[in-house]
Amino acid sequence: MAAPGLEPGRQSELLVSLNRLLERCLRDSKCIDTESLCVVAGEKVWQIRLDMHLLNHDGNITDAASIAGIVALCHFRRPDVSVQGEEVTVYTPEERDPVPLSIHHMPICVTFAFFHQGTYLLVDPSEREERVMDGLLVIAMNKHREICTIQSSGVVMLVQDQILRCSKITAVKVAEITELIQKALENDHKARKEGGKFGFAESIPNQRITAFKMESAAVDTNNVEEQAGEIIAKADPPSEVFANPILHTPGTAQIGEGIENSWGDLEESEKEEVAEEEGESEAAAFECQKTETEDTNMMKETKEDEPILLSDSEEEEVVILEPQEVPRKTRTQTSTKPENTSKKAFNKRRRKKRTSR
Amino acid sequence: MMETVAEPGGQCRLRPFSCEQGLLSRPDGSAAFLQGDTSVLAGLYGPAEAKLSKELPDRAALEVLLRPKVGLPGVLERSREQQLRQTCEAVVLGVLHPRTAITLVLQVLSDAGSLLSCCLNAACMGLLDAGLPLSSLFCGVTCALSPDGTIALDPTARQEQEARAVLTFAIDSRERKVLMATTKGSCSVEEMQQCLVTAQRAADTIFQFYRDSLRRRYSKS
Repeated sequence: MAAPGLEPGRQSELLVSLNRLLERCLRDSKCIDTESLCVVAGEKVWQIRLDMHLLNHDGNITDAASIAGIVALCHFRRPDVSVQGEEVTVYTPEERDPVPLSIHHMPICVTFAFFHQGTYLLVDPSEREERVMDGLLVIAMNKHREICTIQSSGVVMLVQDQILRCSKITAVKVAEITELIQKALENDHKARKEGGKFGFAESIPNQRITAFKMESAAVDTNNVEEQAGEIIAKADPPSEVFANPILHTPGTAQIGEGIENSWGDLEESEKEEVAEEEGESEAAAFECQKTETEDTNMMKETKEDEPILLSDSEEEEVVILEPQEVPRKTRTQTSTKPENTSKKAFNKRRRKKRTSR
Repeated sequence: MMETVAEPGGQCRLRPFSCEQGLLSRPDGSAAFLQGDTSVLAGLYGPAEAKLSKELPDRAALEVLLRPKVGLPGVLERSREQQLRQTCEAVVLGVLHPRTAITLVLQVLSDAGSLLSCCLNAACMGLLDAGLPLSSLFCGVTCALSPDGTIALDPTARQEQEARAVLTFAIDSRERKVLMATTKGSCSVEEMQQCLVTAQRAADTIFQFYRDSLRRRYSKS
């Protein structure tokens, strides 16, 4: 969603490097006290998983992702646990208030873009600026002015005083951002305590013309039964259901007989190895109402009916082989062809020789 | 006989809705749709150049991606994606943009019941924001049938869990016809028909919400 080029299937290089950077910034910097997540030493421990969804990529996703990550970790509450000897009790959020994670410090990334071999420096580059920059420097720092992660990429070679200058800028920015985060967390905490509204719903602004809100609306449900009854009365009755299942072996049922093969007679050739599974046409009723309820009803019916004998015409050669263990062949040179046929013996059916009907 | 009681407490009421359009700068169209505490963000790209393997010669190829809040998309997301895609294909005039690709990405921000109908509504608002040609609008409505037969509209997560059957319908704006229907659980034909009628009535309110939000956005006064 974030950008037209970001496909869902494979992770692009950009996202892989972002992932790695955030892992270093949040996990390797030990900002979370992982020892406090232990429940029973050597046996049980809490696992924390952080899912990040990139919504819009307009430059500098590193900073945004690091802020989102650390705020989510600060905001998170895990279920409370008590250990008495061998017994571990996990309390639901209703029983006991959930417990926050123990966070030592809050590392926040700040990104710098360099142009013209380090002559020009831009903090927090936008997407256009990122496309034309020469090099990139990311510094992750916490409010105690400790550098947690530093990464430089691109074709620019940086001088020592440039990096020092960047780290000073980072310290200023991180102090501001940390204050913002603390205020936001406090507001949320207050809103939850007082029972006010919180969450994404409240972040939708009222004043914009692109946003619109509607209060809870009642829906008129008078005469619903009568109207529904009329519709059913006027509707055509459901078409006849053809449910004559044929039970070959336990676990194999057949509905319908399949379409006649129009390829011509291949009985005499050695093409019996080719498994021609003719299409089993489903009953027409299946297409009428596509609700799952109908399907489950049909399945029950097929199992209850009596097994029906196929016609005992001598010309029909239908051989259904029982599922059986495939004997292991321990030849040194195993060719693929015999293995293929043995696999197909499981559900192979010889073609029926049909008389003209 | 079953009774559908319109209690002021909340049986046949829709939760408070809100919608914001155009909140993302990169996608061609975007919309965030909230129903109570359930929120879904839709981002739309299109009509854009399609990969050779995916392009269709006579119309646009529509692709829907649903991203859950936690974890990787699984089988449930895939089936929801197919349902959403079929609904959107029924209304989007793809023949006006042949050999192009329209991609709709839906991100679940929070799930507190009626998720599929929230996705449908977000998808429709996203299509409107992107300015794609549509033959009609559509909306999603979820009904939950409690064990005693009462119908609850726009159920919360708890109502869905306690319900005997949960039905979701996609209803079009021209004649209130059904574009897509999916159910979970068991119900009789009469109950399903009643849920459908209730959903069609709720659709009136939702389409009025669409109109009001677009009027607010595009009116000159």
